[in-house]
Amino acid sequence: MDFKLKIWRQKNREDKGRFVAYEVKNISPDASFLEMLDVLNTELVKKGEEPVAFDHDCREGICGSCGMVIGGRMHGPGKGSATCELRMRVFKDGDTIVVEPWRAKPFPVIKDLVVDRTALDRIMQAGGYISAKTGAVPEANAIPVPKPYAEEAMDAAACIGCGACVAACPNSSAMLFVAAKVSHLALLPQGKIERTERVLRMIEQMDEEGFGNCSNSYACEAECPKKISVTHIARLNREFLRAEVT
Amino acid sequence: MTLESKTPGGPIEKKWQTHRFNLKLVNPANKRKYTVIVVGTGLAGASAAASLGELGYNVLTFSYHESPRRAHSIAAQGGINAPKNYANDGDSVYRLFYDTVKGGDYRAREANVYRLAEVSGSIIDQCVAQGVPFARDYSGYLDNRSFGGAQVSRTFYARGQTGQQLLLGAYSALSRQIQAGTVKFFQRREMLDVVLVDGQARGIVVRDLVTGAIETYAANGVVLATGGYGNLFYLSTMAKASNATAIWRAHKKGAAFGNPCFTQIHPTCIPQSGEYQSKLTLMSESLRNDGRIWVPKKKGDTRRPESIPEEERDYYLERIYPSFGNLVPRDVASRRAKEMCDNGFGVGPTGRAVYLDFADAINRLGKHVIEERYGNLFDMYHEISAEDPYKVPMRIYPAVHYTMGGLWVDYNLMSTIPGLFVVGEANFSDHGANRLGASALMQGLADGYFILPYTIGDYLATAKFPPAKAEDPSFKQAQGEVEAMVKKLISIQGKRTAEEFYKELGRIMWEYVGMGRNKEGLQKALTMIPRLREEFWQDLKVVGSANDLNAELEKAGRVADFLELGELVAHDALHREESCGGHFREEHQTEEGEAKRNDKEFSYVAAWEFAGVGKHPILNKEPLTFEYVKPSERSYK
Repeated sequence: MDFKLKIWRQKNREDKGRFVAYEVKNISPDASFLEMLDVLNTELVKKGEEPVAFDHDCREGICGSCGMVIGGRMHGPGKGSATCELRMRVFKDGDTIVVEPWRAKPFPVIKDLVVDRTALDRIMQAGGYISAKTGAVPEANAIPVPKPYAEEAMDAAACIGCGACVAACPNSSAMLFVAAKVSHLALLPQGKIERTERVLRMIEQMDEEGFGNCSNSYACEAECPKKISVTHIARLNREFLRAEVT
Repeated sequence: MTLESKTPGGPIEKKWQTHRFNLKLVNPANKRKYTVIVVGTGLAGASAAASLGELGYNVLTFSYHESPRRAHSIAAQGGINAPKNYANDGDSVYRLFYDTVKGGDYRAREANVYRLAEVSGSIIDQCVAQGVPFARDYSGYLDNRSFGGAQVSRTFYARGQTGQQLLLGAYSALSRQIQAGTVKFFQRREMLDVVLVDGQARGIVVRDLVTGAIETYAANGVVLATGGYGNLFYLSTMAKASNATAIWRAHKKGAAFGNPCFTQIHPTCIPQSGEYQSKLTLMSESLRNDGRIWVPKKKGDTRRPESIPEEERDYYLERIYPSFGNLVPRDVASRRAKEMCDNGFGVGPTGRAVYLDFADAINRLGKHVIEERYGNLFDMYHEISAEDPYKVPMRIYPAVHYTMGGLWVDYNLMSTIPGLFVVGEANFSDHGANRLGASALMQGLADGYFILPYTIGDYLATAKFPPAKAEDPSFKQAQGEVEAMVKKLISIQGKRTAEEFYKELGRIMWEYVGMGRNKEGLQKALTMIPRLREEFWQDLKVVGSANDLNAELEKAGRVADFLELGELVAHDALHREESCGGHFREEHQTEEGEAKRNDKEFSYVAAWEFAGVGKHPILNKEPLTFEYVKPSERSYK
């Protein structure tokens, strides 16, 4: 398969950046999107040009490193997969594909398609945990957890922290990301003790980082590679309200 | 070099307890005066950094990723072992110990393995308390499943994402300490050397991957938690950035490398489909719980799997190993798959694959149960292969997955460099010649949560620390060496990319130092690798600058190290004239094609000492004695 590519190139944080057109030929339909970029990069290096920088690592959709806007969609067309899981067979031969970094104020571009997502780490540091010191814990089966709660907690905990929800949101909101963690921990008896502090601190940090608010566009859920549901945002709102009034 | 394992005496079930009591303690008020560097934020690194921070040490932690949560532990799927005996099927610490020593083909230190089994229960307690959403049954209690190499159900799991959930648990503990100010996290920094002052590890040299700045950091102790070196083979199930640079450069500074040839090939991966392929994708071994492995009985049978009738299928693992069946350990399952394909029974377009079939399990349990157990794995397979595994059997083939070898450590997890500790996959310690499924997560967290925090305290409490600052000459010198190497890589300006050299090295390693090894092939590898390395240093092409985010430069440095490590692995494989676990020497096999150990001559850890690039490494031996689990032929029939 042959493709025309329009890729965002930006030398560093200060550079204004621009789209540059490339062409790749003879790509296997079974190749992944990132493998297609590998082919392009090898050609660029051979010509003495700088390859396109992009974050990636596990290439099986779990580490959350990769993430780019492909043809206007977060992680490309299709549902429930990260950029590295996208296969070229979903495109048509000869397609023009536009590739951009996540666009959100709290995610400044470092280079080309690489953005700085440490704002998400800082939200987690603000309260995305249960304060269980190493060793100071009860036996694992001491506290049973009803299966439906454990399953729902797992649904939320599946978040890979890629930031697609933020990039997809018209308000650059990180509500789905925050909700996934708040919901995961609030559903478990172990997480109930710190629920008030947790939600208040995480929301405060989220605001401080410059993420917007939720206006129910549901774009986050539509673009989430792990199909995390907006019902967790509803739980986040309840947790927040509860914390505010107690 | 003297290898002192420091294994405590006494009965095995008392060793760790006695040792812990004998370890010197650091006064709580003094802990913050000690700085500990932890490199890597996977399960071992994140759990160690968080636990040391909780204890009150001043911790500096480094990752080449933007966030600690990106570490490759996140990709582990199947589960984590602990002998809780919740299944009431006769499990015990002793049984897990026994299974692990046997599974490792009697090439691990008994005392280490026993300790691992002993603390594994606490790991599950810890993770549950952190909010890890392990699978539960309808009573609300924890569920277990069985895994290769064991006949009890002792594996805890969180769907097919156990590694992710455990890492996020450790990451949350780490995040809490970062917030508390006990741990400082340095993102996008790659460790490029360890700094020795008077023979002690006192700091590291890193490159800031965004600005290109070469920085030095001083400490009282350094912990490497930088993972395995499976990417030496180019195609593996490892993440793309996983590399050997940190442990290799420590090796060159004097840390012995233990059993480098013990590499694990995982039996259930998605087969390679083309030259462009950048990595192989693993499908959790837990699939073998419900999936049945088979090939057609007729050679070169090209019919679609569903049109091959039951009586024309060879469920070869069930046939050869009636008692373990599809749950034989990884090395056995991998070797048999290769043998089937070598003999012409392989399936799929390349003939390098066997079937993993869920039809029986779906009929027996219903699709929803299979979906609940393996849903995300099935989706992943579907996405990659464009085939629906609920309807057609998966095609699988072995791939490099884990390295049992690593830096040699004593019972305290300290390398042969005083003050340099090595945890998780980066060390050689607990798995012998073959790791059992669901044991990597167990070891990473055991080292980080429950072993290192005690043992490093003993070192800090007893060692003398002359003042060492990042401005000292030893730091400046190490920094200068790293800067010179970076400059050299950029200045060659040859014609071939790092990727091209890397792929070629990978082909040599897989062909001659891969699943089956023999003397002739290994000798060939030992002439090919140095030649390739020479070409690398003459004809490498790195574009871009050293003062910028430059993935090509990063890769070139890692490949340079692989080109040296590959030679060591081949030397080790050549010297070990026996087959054991993941190391299969074709000259040494039983009539039935099983690995034939030579306990008389090779019951030792090969701890190699660096003698210079291209020079034959120096072999040191740590003899292994087995007081409890007597070595016998490892039979899974």
